[in-house]
Amino acid sequence: MTSAQLEVLLQTLIAGVLLGGLYALIGVGMTLIMGVMKIINLAHGELMMVAMYIAYLLFSLFHLDPYLSVFIAAPLLFLLGMAIQKFLINPVLKVESILPENQVILTVGLGMVLANLATMIFTSDYLSTPVDYATKAWYLSDFWRSSPIELSLSYPWSVSFLIAVVITLCLGFFLTKTDLGKSIRATAQDSEAALLMGVNVDRMRVITFGLGSGLVGAAGCLLIPIYYLYPDLGGQFTLIAFVITILGGLGSTVGAIIGGIVLGVFESLTATYIGMGWAPVGRFVIFVAALIFLPGGIASLLQRKRFGR
Amino acid sequence: MKRYLPFVILMLLVLLPLAGLSTYAMHILILVIMWSVIGMAWNLLGGYCGQVSFGHAAFFGVGAYTSGILYQKFGISAWWGLPLSIIVVAAFALVIGFICLRLRGPFFALATLAVGVILRVSAENLTGLTQGDLGIMIRTRTWVGKIWYFYIILALAAVTFFLVRKIIGSKLGYYFVAIREDQDAAESLGIPTTLYKTIALCISGVLTGMAGAFYMNYMGYIDPKVVFALHDISIVTIMVVMVGGAATYWGPVIGSVIMVLLAELIRSIPALGVAYQTLFGTLLIVIIIFLPNGIAGDWPNLKRLFGLRGAS
Repeated sequence: MTSAQLEVLLQTLIAGVLLGGLYALIGVGMTLIMGVMKIINLAHGELMMVAMYIAYLLFSLFHLDPYLSVFIAAPLLFLLGMAIQKFLINPVLKVESILPENQVILTVGLGMVLANLATMIFTSDYLSTPVDYATKAWYLSDFWRSSPIELSLSYPWSVSFLIAVVITLCLGFFLTKTDLGKSIRATAQDSEAALLMGVNVDRMRVITFGLGSGLVGAAGCLLIPIYYLYPDLGGQFTLIAFVITILGGLGSTVGAIIGGIVLGVFESLTATYIGMGWAPVGRFVIFVAALIFLPGGIASLLQRKRFGR
Repeated sequence: MKRYLPFVILMLLVLLPLAGLSTYAMHILILVIMWSVIGMAWNLLGGYCGQVSFGHAAFFGVGAYTSGILYQKFGISAWWGLPLSIIVVAAFALVIGFICLRLRGPFFALATLAVGVILRVSAENLTGLTQGDLGIMIRTRTWVGKIWYFYIILALAAVTFFLVRKIIGSKLGYYFVAIREDQDAAESLGIPTTLYKTIALCISGVLTGMAGAFYMNYMGYIDPKVVFALHDISIVTIMVVMVGGAATYWGPVIGSVIMVLLAELIRSIPALGVAYQTLFGTLLIVIIIFLPNGIAGDWPNLKRLFGLRGAS
């Protein structure tokens, strides 16, 4: 391998890991909702799109840095998610019907409405937040003058990655150490037993949906400095979140982080070596491989290790 | 009376073109019948077998592209795609079933959704085979008028309707319903669930694929964004069945009448045209909350609501 080839490979890996960190944050929200409520939120990507538009508006109206708008967009999305769960999904869960997947179809309808409303309000133009650090990067040759290869680390990508990691760690802390987090995990494991232990299951569901939406909202704010924005971008991120959830194992935060990074690396490898347009197919290959060879996801690997089997 | 209703409706439809309808009315009729074929096919898998698919556009698109590639690459009439799509789509459905039917419920739904998206991306990228985003166009239409198209899709719809009825009335149908109600219980009663789910997927996929092949011949133009569309094909299929009523014989037919007419109505009003997905999405949400079993499924409740008690 020549040094030029090595350079491309390393650069691809770096890009993949950075992308994977963001994917993990998107996936964690979905895995949380799926683990607790056993329902799939197909409007997940659309919720992220809403958060991105909030960040965009804050930027273009008040020149608020997208990274700071996390503190506004995520709580707003939290409230929106709670409202969706309370007024739309909970009533549907109580209704008797032939098909059990009604709530999934409901979230599809919700996603359609959100995407179409965004098109009507903002038109379908591509938007972005032109922050002044968007093209800033660190170069390896700045630190190591005689380095044989040249690698770069984009500034906004790295910051987004770090914030995503911090948020995910905070979530892990919240779920394992606080009372509320433990109640949420109890609901995920066995909602009826949790109910008997005095956990308000309905309230936990509402909070979880809010939390999942808030997380994906934060992910949207982190994504907008490095990505562009258009109303239909939700669908592909819903799929990404779903693939990460399957890959990482249902309801597992650690699994989602590892899954996100694996997916990010794999996707950027596909994009570099096969072709840009094929990256979504790479996603699907990972998905099928996970289903066939690792049905429990990465979480089952971790568990096996813990029990020494 | 009720026994002969399908035959009566079929006869009426056969005689309908003699009434001298306008081309536009015929076009709407053809669309309605095509959507009811797709709806009935989806209903077999989703309504009776309980495997909700979000990716029927995949089968539709594979059928359409079978036809299109025959015409484009081999220079044969695209109508040969209609019989050939049976084989191609069945083989494709077997592969999809092998992968996706390991999953249950919502996971199956999402996996099929992924299949649809992946096929769209593949069709866009495999330019050698599918012409990519250029799409495939049939340069000379078989007929200028719509009457023969109408009879072909009507024949397909009639076959689909009676096939679905035959299947549901047979042992196979009871297996499907048993799988829908409780897969574990069905398994423990000795029903090989994976086998029967695969059968349901194959039949449903083949019927959808034939509708796709018809679409290629009728519309004369396809591209990946049209035939593998998530919202315009896969979701509309689900809506057709949900509005009409899942797991009923007439539900998909009623649903497709309502959905096609509604879509035409919304699109014909310019002010509403941009908002048509919002209206569809809202309709979907309202239907799921208030009429979870669709119009045909909740017919008794609807009758009570409008004070038509004891009308039967």
